[in-house]
Amino acid sequence: MSEPSGERAEQARREPRVVLVTGGARGIGLACARAFVAAGDRVAVTYRTKPPEDDDVLAVSCDVTSTAEVDGAFDEVEERLGRVGVVVANAGANRDGLVLKMSDDAFDEVLDTNLTGAFRVARRAARSMVRARSGRLIFVSSVVGLTGSAGQVNYAASKAGLVGLARSLARELAPRGVTANVVAPGPVATDMTDALPEARRAELAAAVPLGRFATVEEVAAAVTFLASPEAAAITGAVLPVDGGLGMGH
Amino acid sequence: MADDTLEKFKQCTVEVLQVDPEQVTMEARFGDDLDADSLDLVELVMALEEAFDIEVPEEDLEGVETVGQAYELVQSKLPS
Repeated sequence: MSEPSGERAEQARREPRVVLVTGGARGIGLACARAFVAAGDRVAVTYRTKPPEDDDVLAVSCDVTSTAEVDGAFDEVEERLGRVGVVVANAGANRDGLVLKMSDDAFDEVLDTNLTGAFRVARRAARSMVRARSGRLIFVSSVVGLTGSAGQVNYAASKAGLVGLARSLARELAPRGVTANVVAPGPVATDMTDALPEARRAELAAAVPLGRFATVEEVAAAVTFLASPEAAAITGAVLPVDGGLGMGH
Repeated sequence: MADDTLEKFKQCTVEVLQVDPEQVTMEARFGDDLDADSLDLVELVMALEEAFDIEVPEEDLEGVETVGQAYELVQSKLPS
Protein backbone atom coordinates (compact mmCIF):
# COMPACT_ATOMS: atom_id res chain seq x y z
CA MET A 1 0.00 0.00 0.00
CA SER A 2 3.05 2.33 0.15
CA GLU A 3 3.73 4.72 -2.72
CA PRO A 4 6.91 4.17 -4.69
CA SER A 5 9.81 5.90 -2.93
CA GLY A 6 10.35 8.15 -5.95
CA GLU A 7 6.95 9.72 -5.45
CA ARG A 8 7.42 10.19 -1.73
CA ALA A 9 10.81 11.79 -2.28
CA GLU A 10 9.27 14.05 -4.90
CA GLN A 11 6.58 15.08 -2.44
CA ALA A 12 9.12 15.72 0.27
CA ARG A 13 11.08 17.89 -2.15
CA ARG A 14 8.01 19.92 -3.05
CA GLU A 15 7.12 20.44 0.60
CA PRO A 16 8.61 23.88 1.29
CA ARG A 17 10.59 24.18 4.51
CA VAL A 18 11.66 27.19 6.48
CA VAL A 19 15.41 27.68 6.20
CA LEU A 20 17.53 30.02 8.31
CA VAL A 21 21.04 30.97 7.18
CA THR A 22 23.13 32.94 9.64
CA GLY A 23 25.54 35.41 8.11
CA GLY A 24 23.50 35.31 4.94
CA ALA A 25 23.99 38.85 3.71
CA ARG A 26 26.85 38.03 1.33
CA GLY A 27 29.33 35.39 0.16
CA ILE A 28 28.67 31.75 0.96
CA GLY A 29 25.68 32.56 3.20
CA LEU A 30 23.87 34.51 0.52
CA ALA A 31 24.62 31.87 -2.10
CA CYS A 32 23.12 29.24 0.22
CA ALA A 33 20.05 31.39 0.81
CA ARG A 34 19.55 31.84 -2.92
CA ALA A 35 19.95 28.13 -3.60
CA PHE A 36 17.23 27.30 -1.07
CA VAL A 37 14.96 29.97 -2.53
CA ALA A 38 15.46 28.44 -5.97
CA ALA A 39 14.49 25.06 -4.52
CA GLY A 40 11.21 26.52 -3.32
CA ASP A 41 11.93 26.89 0.40
CA ARG A 42 11.00 29.87 2.60
CA VAL A 43 14.28 31.48 3.54
CA ALA A 44 15.44 33.85 6.25
CA VAL A 45 18.96 35.17 6.76
CA THR A 46 20.57 36.91 9.68
CA TYR A 47 22.95 39.80 9.17
CA ARG A 48 25.01 41.90 11.53
CA THR A 49 25.76 45.13 9.68
CA LYS A 50 24.32 45.27 6.18
CA PRO A 51 21.21 43.33 5.11
CA PRO A 52 21.33 41.52 1.76
CA GLU A 53 19.84 43.15 -1.31
CA ASP A 54 17.42 40.37 -2.05
CA ASP A 55 13.64 40.53 -1.93
CA ASP A 56 13.19 36.78 -1.77
CA VAL A 57 14.65 36.36 1.70
CA LEU A 58 13.51 37.60 5.08
CA ALA A 59 16.45 39.52 6.54
CA VAL A 60 16.71 39.56 10.35
CA SER A 61 19.29 41.56 12.24
CA CYS A 62 21.24 39.35 14.65
CA ASP A 63 24.63 39.25 16.32
CA VAL A 64 25.32 35.59 17.05
CA THR A 65 27.51 36.53 20.00
CA SER A 66 24.31 37.39 21.87
CA THR A 67 21.99 34.62 23.08
CA ALA A 68 19.18 37.15 23.39
CA GLU A 69 19.59 38.24 19.77
CA VAL A 70 19.74 34.66 18.55
CA ASP A 71 16.54 33.80 20.43
CA GLY A 72 14.91 36.98 19.16
CA ALA A 73 15.86 36.20 15.58
CA PHE A 74 14.39 32.71 15.80
CA ASP A 75 11.22 34.09 17.41
CA GLU A 76 10.82 36.53 14.54
CA VAL A 77 11.45 33.95 11.82
CA GLU A 78 9.07 31.47 13.48
CA GLU A 79 6.40 34.10 13.68
CA ARG A 80 6.77 35.32 10.10
CA LEU A 81 7.61 32.10 8.27
CA GLY A 82 6.93 29.17 10.59
CA ARG A 83 8.93 26.46 12.34
CA VAL A 84 12.56 26.42 11.20
CA GLY A 85 13.39 23.04 9.65
CA VAL A 86 16.87 23.77 8.28
CA VAL A 87 19.60 25.89 9.84
CA VAL A 88 22.85 26.81 8.14
CA ALA A 89 25.27 28.11 10.75
CA ASN A 90 27.51 30.17 8.52
CA ALA A 91 28.08 33.43 10.38
CA GLY A 92 31.81 33.79 10.86
CA ALA A 93 34.56 36.28 11.40
CA ASN A 94 38.31 36.24 11.22
CA ARG A 95 41.04 38.27 12.86
CA ASP A 96 44.26 36.88 11.49
CA GLY A 97 47.64 37.36 13.09
CA LEU A 98 50.67 35.45 14.21
CA VAL A 99 50.25 33.72 17.55
CA LEU A 100 53.04 35.64 19.25
CA LYS A 101 51.19 38.87 18.58
CA MET A 102 47.61 37.63 18.99
CA SER A 103 45.67 39.30 21.76
CA ASP A 104 43.22 37.50 24.06
CA ASP A 105 40.54 39.63 22.47
CA ALA A 106 41.38 38.59 18.91
CA PHE A 107 41.18 34.95 19.94
CA ASP A 108 38.04 35.27 22.05
CA GLU A 109 36.12 37.30 19.51
CA VAL A 110 36.64 34.85 16.68
CA LEU A 111 35.77 31.85 18.89
CA ASP A 112 32.71 33.64 20.22
CA THR A 113 31.35 34.38 16.75
CA ASN A 114 32.35 31.26 14.87
CA LEU A 115 32.01 28.51 17.46
CA THR A 116 29.97 29.73 20.40
CA GLY A 117 27.72 31.56 17.95
CA ALA A 118 27.07 28.31 16.12
CA PHE A 119 26.34 26.62 19.45
CA ARG A 120 23.80 29.31 20.38
CA VAL A 121 22.09 28.95 17.04
CA ALA A 122 22.07 25.15 17.20
CA ARG A 123 20.70 25.10 20.73
CA ARG A 124 17.82 27.36 19.81
CA ALA A 125 17.12 25.49 16.58
CA ALA A 126 17.16 22.08 18.28
CA ARG A 127 14.22 23.01 20.49
CA SER A 128 11.61 22.92 17.76
CA MET A 129 13.43 20.33 15.66
CA VAL A 130 13.40 17.85 18.56
CA ARG A 131 9.70 18.40 19.09
CA ALA A 132 8.93 18.04 15.42
CA ARG A 133 11.19 14.99 15.29
CA SER A 134 12.94 16.29 12.19
CA GLY A 135 15.52 18.87 11.22
CA ARG A 136 18.76 19.67 9.45
CA LEU A 137 21.71 21.44 11.01
CA ILE A 138 24.56 22.37 8.68
CA PHE A 139 27.73 24.07 9.89
CA VAL A 140 30.05 25.93 7.56
CA SER A 141 33.56 25.12 8.69
CA SER A 142 36.75 25.41 6.65
CA VAL A 143 39.54 23.26 5.25
CA VAL A 144 41.94 25.09 7.58
CA GLY A 145 40.07 23.68 10.59
CA LEU A 146 41.70 20.35 9.87
CA THR A 147 44.89 21.36 8.03
CA GLY A 148 45.73 24.35 10.21
CA SER A 149 46.85 27.67 8.80
CA ALA A 150 49.68 29.99 9.86
CA GLY A 151 48.28 33.26 11.17
CA GLN A 152 44.91 31.73 11.93
CA VAL A 153 45.16 29.94 15.25
CA ASN A 154 41.86 31.51 16.29
CA TYR A 155 39.98 30.98 13.04
CA ALA A 156 41.25 27.43 12.51
CA ALA A 157 40.51 26.49 16.13
CA SER A 158 36.96 27.78 15.81
CA LYS A 159 36.40 25.94 12.55
CA ALA A 160 37.79 22.67 13.91
CA GLY A 161 35.57 23.11 16.94
CA LEU A 162 32.52 23.03 14.68
CA VAL A 163 33.30 19.40 13.84
CA GLY A 164 33.17 18.30 17.48
CA LEU A 165 30.04 20.40 17.97
CA ALA A 166 28.28 18.99 14.93
CA ARG A 167 29.17 15.39 15.68
CA SER A 168 27.99 15.66 19.27
CA LEU A 169 24.73 17.17 18.06
CA ALA A 170 24.48 14.37 15.52
CA ARG A 171 24.69 11.78 18.32
CA GLU A 172 22.35 13.59 20.71
CA LEU A 173 19.65 14.42 18.25
CA ALA A 174 19.73 11.35 16.02
CA PRO A 175 16.90 9.70 18.01
CA ARG A 176 14.73 12.61 16.94
CA GLY A 177 15.49 12.48 13.22
CA VAL A 178 17.71 15.57 13.27
CA THR A 179 20.94 15.39 11.28
CA ALA A 180 23.98 17.60 11.85
CA ASN A 181 26.70 17.89 9.24
CA VAL A 182 29.66 20.06 8.35
CA VAL A 183 30.71 21.58 5.03
CA ALA A 184 34.42 22.45 4.85
CA PRO A 185 35.16 24.86 2.02
CA GLY A 186 38.69 25.50 0.85
CA PRO A 187 39.51 28.82 -0.80
CA VAL A 188 36.35 30.32 -2.29
CA ALA A 189 36.02 33.19 -4.76
CA THR A 190 34.32 35.97 -2.76
CA ASP A 191 34.82 39.66 -1.98
CA MET A 192 37.32 38.59 0.67
CA THR A 193 39.57 36.67 -1.71
CA ASP A 194 39.07 39.20 -4.52
CA ALA A 195 40.80 41.73 -2.28
CA LEU A 196 43.97 39.65 -2.10
CA PRO A 197 46.92 40.57 -4.33
CA GLU A 198 46.97 38.68 -7.64
CA ALA A 199 50.17 36.81 -6.78
CA ARG A 200 48.74 35.59 -3.49
CA ARG A 201 45.54 34.38 -5.17
CA ALA A 202 47.57 32.50 -7.79
CA GLU A 203 49.67 30.95 -5.04
CA LEU A 204 46.59 29.73 -3.17
CA ALA A 205 44.98 28.36 -6.32
CA ALA A 206 48.15 26.51 -7.28
CA ALA A 207 48.10 24.64 -3.99
CA VAL A 208 44.68 23.24 -4.81
CA PRO A 209 44.78 19.93 -6.76
CA LEU A 210 41.96 21.15 -8.99
CA GLY A 211 43.95 24.36 -9.50
CA ARG A 212 41.24 26.91 -8.66
CA PHE A 213 39.05 28.39 -5.98
CA ALA A 214 35.56 27.02 -5.48
CA THR A 215 32.60 29.26 -6.28
CA VAL A 216 30.05 30.18 -3.62
CA GLU A 217 27.46 28.29 -5.67
CA GLU A 218 29.52 25.11 -5.39
CA VAL A 219 29.63 25.46 -1.61
CA ALA A 220 25.89 26.19 -1.53
CA ALA A 221 25.26 23.04 -3.56
CA ALA A 222 26.92 20.93 -0.87
CA VAL A 223 24.85 22.67 1.81
CA THR A 224 21.54 22.22 0.02
CA PHE A 225 22.38 18.58 -0.62
CA LEU A 226 22.97 17.92 3.08
CA ALA A 227 19.67 19.66 3.84
CA SER A 228 17.75 17.60 1.31
CA PRO A 229 15.49 14.61 2.01
CA GLU A 230 17.98 12.52 0.00
CA ALA A 231 20.61 13.15 2.67
CA ALA A 232 18.50 11.75 5.49
CA ALA A 233 20.99 8.93 6.15
CA ILE A 234 23.95 11.32 6.42
CA THR A 235 24.87 12.72 9.80
CA GLY A 236 28.14 13.72 11.48
CA ALA A 237 29.78 14.02 8.08
CA VAL A 238 32.42 16.57 7.08
CA LEU A 239 31.97 17.34 3.39
CA PRO A 240 34.90 19.22 1.88
CA VAL A 241 34.39 21.61 -1.04
CA ASP A 242 38.06 22.36 -1.45
CA GLY A 243 39.28 21.05 -4.79
CA GLY A 244 41.17 18.34 -2.93
CA LEU A 245 43.22 20.74 -0.81
CA GLY A 246 42.48 19.05 2.50
CA MET A 247 42.61 15.42 1.38
CA GLY A 248 43.69 13.00 4.04
CA HIS A 249 41.71 14.43 6.96
CA MET B 1 -7.26 23.78 41.50
CA ALA B 2 -4.85 20.96 42.32
CA ASP B 3 -6.89 18.57 40.19
CA ASP B 4 -6.50 20.78 37.11
CA THR B 5 -2.77 20.96 37.67
CA LEU B 6 -2.51 17.18 37.97
CA GLU B 7 -4.60 16.65 34.84
CA LYS B 8 -2.52 19.08 32.83
CA PHE B 9 0.67 17.52 34.15
CA LYS B 10 -0.48 14.02 33.23
CA GLN B 11 -1.52 15.21 29.78
CA CYS B 12 1.95 16.65 29.09
CA THR B 13 3.59 13.44 30.26
CA VAL B 14 1.33 11.24 28.15
CA GLU B 15 1.90 13.39 25.06
CA VAL B 16 5.63 13.85 25.34
CA LEU B 17 6.56 10.37 26.53
CA GLN B 18 3.93 8.69 24.37
CA VAL B 19 2.70 6.42 27.14
CA ASP B 20 -0.76 5.36 28.32
CA PRO B 21 -2.40 7.55 30.99
CA GLU B 22 -2.63 4.51 33.29
CA GLN B 23 1.15 4.28 33.34
CA VAL B 24 1.49 7.78 34.73
CA THR B 25 1.33 6.97 38.44
CA MET B 26 3.14 8.95 41.12
CA GLU B 27 5.53 6.04 41.74
CA ALA B 28 6.36 5.46 38.07
CA ARG B 29 10.06 5.86 37.37
CA PHE B 30 10.86 7.74 34.16
CA GLY B 31 13.69 5.50 33.07
CA ASP B 32 12.58 2.05 34.24
CA ASP B 33 8.81 2.25 33.92
CA LEU B 34 8.15 4.85 31.23
CA ASP B 35 11.15 4.07 29.02
CA ALA B 36 12.13 7.72 28.89
CA ASP B 37 15.68 8.64 27.89
CA SER B 38 17.43 11.90 28.81
CA LEU B 39 16.22 13.63 25.66
CA ASP B 40 12.63 12.66 26.52
CA LEU B 41 13.05 14.24 29.93
CA VAL B 42 14.39 17.48 28.49
CA GLU B 43 11.42 17.58 26.13
CA LEU B 44 9.03 16.89 29.01
CA VAL B 45 10.51 19.68 31.10
CA MET B 46 10.25 22.10 28.18
CA ALA B 47 6.62 21.10 27.60
CA LEU B 48 5.83 21.55 31.31
CA GLU B 49 7.55 24.93 31.33
CA GLU B 50 5.34 26.05 28.47
CA ALA B 51 2.13 24.51 29.79
CA PHE B 52 2.50 26.02 33.27
CA ASP B 53 4.43 29.15 32.33
CA ILE B 54 7.22 28.26 34.76
CA GLU B 55 10.97 27.96 34.53
CA VAL B 56 12.81 24.88 35.64
CA PRO B 57 16.57 25.39 35.79
CA GLU B 58 18.80 22.40 35.11
CA GLU B 59 19.90 22.05 38.75
CA ASP B 60 16.35 21.49 39.99
CA LEU B 61 16.08 18.31 37.96
CA GLU B 62 18.82 16.64 39.95
CA GLY B 63 17.40 13.59 41.69
CA VAL B 64 14.02 13.74 39.96
CA GLU B 65 13.46 10.12 39.01
CA THR B 66 9.75 9.52 39.47
CA VAL B 67 6.60 11.09 38.13
CA GLY B 68 5.67 12.09 41.68
CA GLN B 69 8.94 13.97 42.17
CA ALA B 70 8.45 15.79 38.86
CA TYR B 71 4.90 16.73 39.83
CA GLU B 72 6.09 18.09 43.18
CA LEU B 73 8.71 20.14 41.36
CA VAL B 74 6.10 21.66 39.05
CA GLN B 75 3.84 22.45 42.01
CA SER B 76 6.71 24.18 43.78
CA LYS B 77 7.17 26.49 40.81
CA LEU B 78 3.55 27.57 40.56
CA PRO B 79 2.54 30.90 42.08
CA SER B 80 0.91 30.09 45.42
